[in-house]
Amino acid sequence: MDLLLHLSIVIAIYSIFALSLNIEVGYTGLFNFGHVAFFAIGAYTSALLTLQGVPFSLSMIAGIGFAGAAGFLIGIPSLKLQGDYFGIATLGFAEIVRMILQNQVAWTKGPMGLPGITRPELFSWRFDTLPEYLVLALGAAILTFLVIGFLTLSPFGRVLKAIRDDETAAAILGKNAFACKMKSFVIGSLFAGLAGVLWAHYITFISPGDFTLTETILVLLIVVLGGKGTLLGPVVGAVVLIFFQESLRFLRLPPEWSSILGPLQQMVFGLILVLLMIFRPEGLIREKGKEKIDRD
Amino acid sequence: MIEIRNVTKTFGGTRAVADCSLNLEGLKIAGLIGPNGSGKTTLFNLITGLVRPDSGEITFQGKRIDGKLPHHMAALGLIRTFQLSRVFPRLTVMDNMLIAPQRQTGERLLSLLFQFPKVRMEEANHREKAVELLDMLGIIHLHDQFAGNLSYGQQKLLELGRAVMAEPKMILLDEPTAGINPRLIQTMKDMILKMKACGQIFFIIEHNMDVVVELCEKIFVLDHGEKIAEGSPLEIQNDPLVIEAYLG
Ligand SMILES: Nc1ncnc2c1ncn2[C@@H]1O[C@H](COP(=O)(O)OP(=O)(O)O)[C@@H](O)[C@H]1O
Ligand SMILES: [Mg+2]
Repeated sequence: MDLLLHLSIVIAIYSIFALSLNIEVGYTGLFNFGHVAFFAIGAYTSALLTLQGVPFSLSMIAGIGFAGAAGFLIGIPSLKLQGDYFGIATLGFAEIVRMILQNQVAWTKGPMGLPGITRPELFSWRFDTLPEYLVLALGAAILTFLVIGFLTLSPFGRVLKAIRDDETAAAILGKNAFACKMKSFVIGSLFAGLAGVLWAHYITFISPGDFTLTETILVLLIVVLGGKGTLLGPVVGAVVLIFFQESLRFLRLPPEWSSILGPLQQMVFGLILVLLMIFRPEGLIREKGKEKIDRD
Repeated sequence: MIEIRNVTKTFGGTRAVADCSLNLEGLKIAGLIGPNGSGKTTLFNLITGLVRPDSGEITFQGKRIDGKLPHHMAALGLIRTFQLSRVFPRLTVMDNMLIAPQRQTGERLLSLLFQFPKVRMEEANHREKAVELLDMLGIIHLHDQFAGNLSYGQQKLLELGRAVMAEPKMILLDEPTAGINPRLIQTMKDMILKMKACGQIFFIIEHNMDVVVELCEKIFVLDHGEKIAEGSPLEIQNDPLVIEAYLG
């Protein structure tokens, strides 16, 4: 039962994380390879503040806000770059964030990490036990789903997709591609920050090693497997991949196997990606729009 | 509406557009012809801000527009199509149409949240107009298909429809009938003439002489980036310089 609750909480948090990446990758065509940085900023900001005695309601807002602000600042130089270079810039940014977390020992305790992060209290409700935390995580996930859904189905979301498909043609139709990409990137960063906040207060111990490229790859894989550019895709992807990942962890494998568990998991992820590209490149959920019936 | 004065654009060693001056004042449908590589598309790129002139000026309704960014041009009322059509392949045909109207309330985040009823009303109006245009273009049955799945000719029709949806002051068409079948060429011509009757102004690059002669009041001819002639279709057809450029 606890395992099921744990799985549900992690899936809810990763759904938020994946939904936030999907608005960038799936809807706007921004291949962000450093998305984990915004998750980390949310996690560390909220953890550090609550450890100083700041109430969760404020630390959560600060975590989300800092992640969004970081997105804005990184967006100014990097969103002017063409696709591949944008990917490299975000990858570099994520490494810089991780280095800061590791080396600013005075603030972050460096590689030792931050233990003893408290389970949150929000408007006098405590989210302490697993069922309570599930309510919080699920509530946040539903809210994220609704907000991202509303935005991507709106005329604003249509502009994002147009920019994804052909930036020049969108510009010719009067769309300010840079401004729209910036909005998408900041929205994605805000929600990644939210996912990070929820993660830190759930796990209660975070360290820089939790926020590596592997995390970005996992969340990218969730988006691609689920179906990028669709509303449900990231949620479906999160259910499938997190279920797989977490259940591996709970298998009673002999101790001498533990060292190969990490590489094994990455091999299986790689295999999933290859099979996906061959058999269903559009992901489990398809974008809305029909394939052709007749030609002229 | 558009006036181009002494515009030059050089790429490396080639003078793609060389000291060109064109005045489109008062013309409903102006044509631009010339052999391949004579600088026609480059001239459109200059007008729509995709490339900047090395020298010279371009004015639209009396205001300088050279140096402005492409996304400002649509707001000023200039919309173009591309020689190789550029529809949004992973948007449906309907969404390709709905993207075009300018200053949409629902595209701004704050007004999307606080003026939602207005957004819905606008969407409904745009949709109605899009249905009407798609019907005229004969592609209404494809409204929920991805635009990338349309045939090349259908994509060119959609691109024209999308331009009309933007309600610009002037539409620039880059070879609208190139590479599409005669039936769709007819649809394209009908559409252009219908829009002309509604007061729409066009500037058209066209290879097909029959189409140019039928549609345009005045034709400008480029060769090696230079304007070698301008005049009525009849004058152009009998101009020795033009005949030489095309034959030689
Ligand atoms: N972006 C560019 N970079 C380099 N050369 C270009 C570019 N655009 C056009 N040209 C060159 O400019 C000349 C005119 O091309 P273009 O305007 O496309 O001619 P047209 O549309 O009349 O066929 C050609 O020699 C072409 O190779
Ligand atoms: Mg051309």
